[in-house]
Amino acid sequence: MGARGGAILMRIAQAIPVIVGVIVISFVLTRALPGDPAAQFAGLTATPESIEQTRVKLGLDKPLPEQFLLYVGQLLRGDLGQSISTGRPVIQELGARLPASLELTLTALILACAIAIPLGVLAATRPGSWIDQLCRLLVTAGVSLPTFFTGIVLIYVFYYLLGIAPSPLGRLDFLYLDPPHVTGFFLIDAAIAGDWATWRGAAAQLVLPATTLALFTLAPIARMTRAAMLSALSADFIRTARAAGLDSGKVLYGYAFRNALLPVVTTLGMVFSFVLGANVLVEKVFAWPGIGSYAVEALVVSDYAAVQGFVLAMALLFVTLNLVIDLAYSLIDPRFGTSSK
Amino acid sequence: MSISRRTFLAASAAVAGSVSFARVLSAQAAADTLVVAYNQTINSLDLHRTGTNRASYQIAVNCYDRLVTFGTKTLPDGSLSYDYSSIEPELAESWTISDDGLVITFKLKPGATFQDGSKVTAHDVKWSFDRAVTVGGFPSTQMRAGGLVRPDQFEAVDDQTFIVKLDRPSKLSLPDLAVPVPFIINSTLAREHATDEDPWAMEYLHQNTIGSGAYKVVRWDPGQQVVYERFDGWVGGPLPAVRRVIMREVPSAATQRALIERGDIHMAFDIPDKDASELADRLSVHSTPIENCIHCLCMNSNFEPFQDPEVRKAVAYAVPYEAIFQAAAYGRGAPLWGGTGEIDDIEWPRKTPYATDIAKAKEHMAKSKYPDGFDTTLSIATDLGWMEPAAILVQEAVKELGITTTIEKIPGANWRTASLVEKSLPFHFENFGGWLNTPDYYFFWAYQKDRLFNSSNYVNEEVHELTEETLHMPMDDPEYAGKIQRMFEIVLDDLPRIPLYQPALNVAVNGAADYQFWFHRMPDIRTLKTVES
Repeated sequence: MGARGGAILMRIAQAIPVIVGVIVISFVLTRALPGDPAAQFAGLTATPESIEQTRVKLGLDKPLPEQFLLYVGQLLRGDLGQSISTGRPVIQELGARLPASLELTLTALILACAIAIPLGVLAATRPGSWIDQLCRLLVTAGVSLPTFFTGIVLIYVFYYLLGIAPSPLGRLDFLYLDPPHVTGFFLIDAAIAGDWATWRGAAAQLVLPATTLALFTLAPIARMTRAAMLSALSADFIRTARAAGLDSGKVLYGYAFRNALLPVVTTLGMVFSFVLGANVLVEKVFAWPGIGSYAVEALVVSDYAAVQGFVLAMALLFVTLNLVIDLAYSLIDPRFGTSSK
Repeated sequence: MSISRRTFLAASAAVAGSVSFARVLSAQAAADTLVVAYNQTINSLDLHRTGTNRASYQIAVNCYDRLVTFGTKTLPDGSLSYDYSSIEPELAESWTISDDGLVITFKLKPGATFQDGSKVTAHDVKWSFDRAVTVGGFPSTQMRAGGLVRPDQFEAVDDQTFIVKLDRPSKLSLPDLAVPVPFIINSTLAREHATDEDPWAMEYLHQNTIGSGAYKVVRWDPGQQVVYERFDGWVGGPLPAVRRVIMREVPSAATQRALIERGDIHMAFDIPDKDASELADRLSVHSTPIENCIHCLCMNSNFEPFQDPEVRKAVAYAVPYEAIFQAAAYGRGAPLWGGTGEIDDIEWPRKTPYATDIAKAKEHMAKSKYPDGFDTTLSIATDLGWMEPAAILVQEAVKELGITTTIEKIPGANWRTASLVEKSLPFHFENFGGWLNTPDYYFFWAYQKDRLFNSSNYVNEEVHELTEETLHMPMDDPEYAGKIQRMFEIVLDDLPRIPLYQPALNVAVNGAADYQFWFHRMPDIRTLKTVES
């Protein structure tokens, strides 16, 4: 355990320069964007004087190094600054929106894994069979259909034509009130409150967007599972195991699958972080109040604090995620933590 | 036991009562609730704050009162619109204007109360107006349009009497008090939340509505929804029919359309022209041409080829107006080409004498200094959907004149800076619309030297002077019409901006009635009713 603990501390230490780099780069990049927030926020009809007044109010008249020092000072106090466009602290905005995105992304990933991993395993054990072809079809369809398109088609069929799905109006229909805030995940919060009507409402709202995202994410997962299983199954130790007469279940799940799991977990981590930031289109189609649409809106109006806050939050999330994946490695592969750091 | 309807209802009521912890609104509450979908974010409850976006102006309209408001008129197509020509009382019971036009004296309605029950006094009006002219940015600029610049112009004589003193008489002063900006705030309550650093209680008003208006915001989830609830003590007008209005953000136009067609929402506000034209035969769709607003093709006089009047005329004859109107606006709005050329009224926006005529365009081009054409850039904003189809059609058309254009797409935040502030785009589109519906007000913003929306860098001494003279002149002044017609004549001949069409504000309703168009292009929910769909 000591070696593993040391490895974890090492990882965390390695993350510090990364975070510092992200802070500097996000600050410089937002300033380098074309577009002038003062002109943007001076309102409908503006005069040169009112634009200048706005600039002073936003603190953008100060020299860049001074702005940077002020920003770092704020960060050290745990303050991500004030979003100009929403007028609320960035940390509060992220706190409200990150759980919405996480809930959607996690549900989608669980759904995708539940389909993709068994499918990949089956396809690898029976190459060329109909199930392999089905896997290929799903994978191709999944990557080639853009998410906003799948989203709109699902709304059209299940909401507009059949009327089974609830109205695509975000996390909860307006008939329900938000469950009391504990984790920000509506499913968990509603369950804690014992409010099953709201729980069902929230779950129903999740089905279509999560399916849309799952269709998109199952492709890389199924693909990776299949490839990893194929290479594991052709490895020497499997041949040895088979020759030794171990039963096929033990060979398949005890040895081949466990070895194939490493690249799958890596892919999962990549897919998760990618989807969390990139599901803007799904968020737009389903009016989902997530972090992706928040970041894009902030970027469009040059809302510096919000963009920086988003980048920083994502960087922290990535670092944590990598740590979690490394830990997962060590569970799957006992060699981790002793030889490799 | 026999089950009658009555016992069944009683039983279900008991059940409903016992499961009240299920935080679901009862069906009864849903019956006098109206749901509106809107594709923009409300980012503040206070219009005066720096950074408050356009979508948030509706809060000032629905939750606060002004001294005066505009009346209602019925448009030729039967839909309702505000009426710029009639000014009606809102918080003021009556008003008088002194003979020299410099002092307006308002008497407040004696029964007016704020939503917390306290009385509305002239001191609240004074505080609110002082705030609007002091905070800077958009509110102060808009107040200045009506000649309202300094706090010392406002005086609360007693609790019921409020005086506005003007530096010069202006026809824009009274209408400027009916725009969303000079809304009246409960100053006692606001002061309780003011600090030395924040004397105008910006922080508190950003999150709370403390007015005397018809509705109050009972719930605001940024990025998701605003829930309005009626204030039954409202005296500003007839009590609204709907008790609760939910304004829900739905960014995707496709989703919005599915919702309104299924009847799960009562109103889809500000939908794209394409959806409006396709929904028009199934639902009731209001497409109101936006007053004093023109979609223009602008030619920047800082760029040499566009300094040549023959080039500008050639472009004006080459533009495929009808095709643009159909492709960019799906025929929603009003055409502004192919007029007679005779200027004998003061209607604005008006039809220009130009129409697509390639032969004439080539004639003008041949007479210009650039008979073989030139290269230029045609700039469009990525988030204004109408510009792209229009740009492609213009690009094709001017190619016939030898003008080769490259289309340049500029993203949101940069568009305003490049086109309006720096005015650095040679050939581009523009869509200014004036809140105050007089031609001189449009000219003030779009044709006077250095003004924000004069993105063509147009400079004409005579137009500048005439705009100055007419801006505050009453419209029934005998000289007014003549001067305005002269301004039309000059700019339609000079053509720094070629009017294309008057855009429309599209609103689809399903189960609601009495929607009314307003110049601020925001939903005024106070007049809405629910109907059986």
